[in-house]
Amino acid sequence: MSENAIMTGKYFLNGDEACAEGAIAAGCRFFAGYPITPQSEIAERMSQRMPQVNGTFIQMEDELSSIAAVLGGAWGGKRSMTATSGPGFSLMMENIGLGMMTETPCVIADIQRGSPSTGLPTAVGQGDMMQAQWGSHGDYGVIAYAPTSPQEMFDYTVKAFNKSEQYRMPVFVMADEKIGHMRERVEIREEDIDIYPRRRPNVSPEEFLPFKPEDDLVPQMASAGEGYRVHVTGLTHDYKGHPKLDVETQKELIGRLVDKVEKNKGDIVEIEAKGMDDAEVMIVSYGMAYRTAMGAYKMARERGMKVGIVRLITVWPFPEGQIRELSEGLNGIVVPEINLGQLVREVERVASPDAEVKLVPHAGGGLHDPEDILREVESFL
Amino acid sequence: MRKEIRFGGFGGQGIISAGNITGKAASIFADKDAVLIQSYGPEARGGACSADVVIEDDKIDYPQITVPHVLILMSQEAYEKYSDDIEEGGTMLLEKDLVDEGPPPDDVKQYRVPATSIAEDVGHKIVANVVMLGALSAITSIVEKDQMEESVLDSVPEGTEELNKTALERGFEYGKELAAE
Repeated sequence: MSENAIMTGKYFLNGDEACAEGAIAAGCRFFAGYPITPQSEIAERMSQRMPQVNGTFIQMEDELSSIAAVLGGAWGGKRSMTATSGPGFSLMMENIGLGMMTETPCVIADIQRGSPSTGLPTAVGQGDMMQAQWGSHGDYGVIAYAPTSPQEMFDYTVKAFNKSEQYRMPVFVMADEKIGHMRERVEIREEDIDIYPRRRPNVSPEEFLPFKPEDDLVPQMASAGEGYRVHVTGLTHDYKGHPKLDVETQKELIGRLVDKVEKNKGDIVEIEAKGMDDAEVMIVSYGMAYRTAMGAYKMARERGMKVGIVRLITVWPFPEGQIRELSEGLNGIVVPEINLGQLVREVERVASPDAEVKLVPHAGGGLHDPEDILREVESFL
Repeated sequence: MRKEIRFGGFGGQGIISAGNITGKAASIFADKDAVLIQSYGPEARGGACSADVVIEDDKIDYPQITVPHVLILMSQEAYEKYSDDIEEGGTMLLEKDLVDEGPPPDDVKQYRVPATSIAEDVGHKIVANVVMLGALSAITSIVEKDQMEESVLDSVPEGTEELNKTALERGFEYGKELAAE
């Protein structure tokens, strides 16, 4: 294995390994985690690679402490991440909220498996999609990516780090067992990797206010031990980071945690649309389910069906403007997910009222049969 | 053209490694698209295990095997589990000494390779999987031998290159003879 931080070249990697390499290429130098299938290959790779790049790997006692350590790592000045799967993701929720409240840049990869509870440890699922947005209590904006291949595990882990620094918040990579474990070609090129640096203070320590937003609603960030004031709390706080428990402060702070994502959607949201020009039906999918949906889309086109396909690259914030616009004039929208109906609710919420929305569910443990998706497409034609 | 290959055997035979080498040969050294999905779980560590490889000239969307074109089965258990599931006109490679003679399904070409004993003959039975890969290249042209060799050399531990190269060569020769019969 290469000892370079950016392991340039072409490799036949699984998604978990590609995620770890993406993190390292993006400058991650602190990983804290707890083993859980099907993400253990991320932790394993990080445990081998972190010492080679002067980083730190810690296996913590559980997931609660893992995410706590990651928040600490970020405030200590390192690009930090953890990775887990459903049961661990549930355990992390309280401190994910702390990360949102304290505006701590970090990356959390959730390699989803069959759920709820311990469910299907070694098999695919997409049951944590709503949890990524609504899992911790309270209101806050969320950025979550849904990669569809090992290559995208690399690319979108890099991007997740950059967005986490740009918007000073935890960012999710919502993958699944199938992507985590399957091997495909991953090409790593140094020139493709842009780094969004930490938003360092541009004022003196005396003037610095660690929670005073800049024009894009995001504050600058200093690390502990550099002479700047670094006071963080989960309580509602003022620009100094000190608790201030009143209605006005709550309104401004929580409003901003939502708005810094909401008002920057133009920069954050990514979708990919194909075949929509003459489409009467649209397939909307994401992650592993999209790979099957794409197969179904090609079969449908070969059979002369007027169908288009849209992939949600960012699942959160939900691409509501794009889906609303694309749904105008359609007969129907087909939404395959490897759960019993999660993001389909978002599609229903924003789609044109004339377009009927149909879920193609899968309880998890395997992939859809492309024919199941085709049948629903056909029902609208 | 989509090609689906399933490797089956027991944990320790290098089944997943064979799938990895084949997928890598296609996707890194032959510039095709390839996906490997391996069996994952307790059964992969001693019991029956399998590795599914899909190879396509264009981009692969649906990554799972539907009906395999090629089966490479290296244990009786794998034979019993997987041998019925093969495309008409498909190709089946069996470990001659570990799989009992069975009638091939209709319209399936069946080849029997004594991979483990060839491997022992070249130095170590651990390279039986690579012998099979040599035979695979000779009997089907899904992955050419040169690219298979590059992938083998890129995948095996340092110091075992010659052993693996010889195993691949011997498997290829054996496969060529079988195909000529």
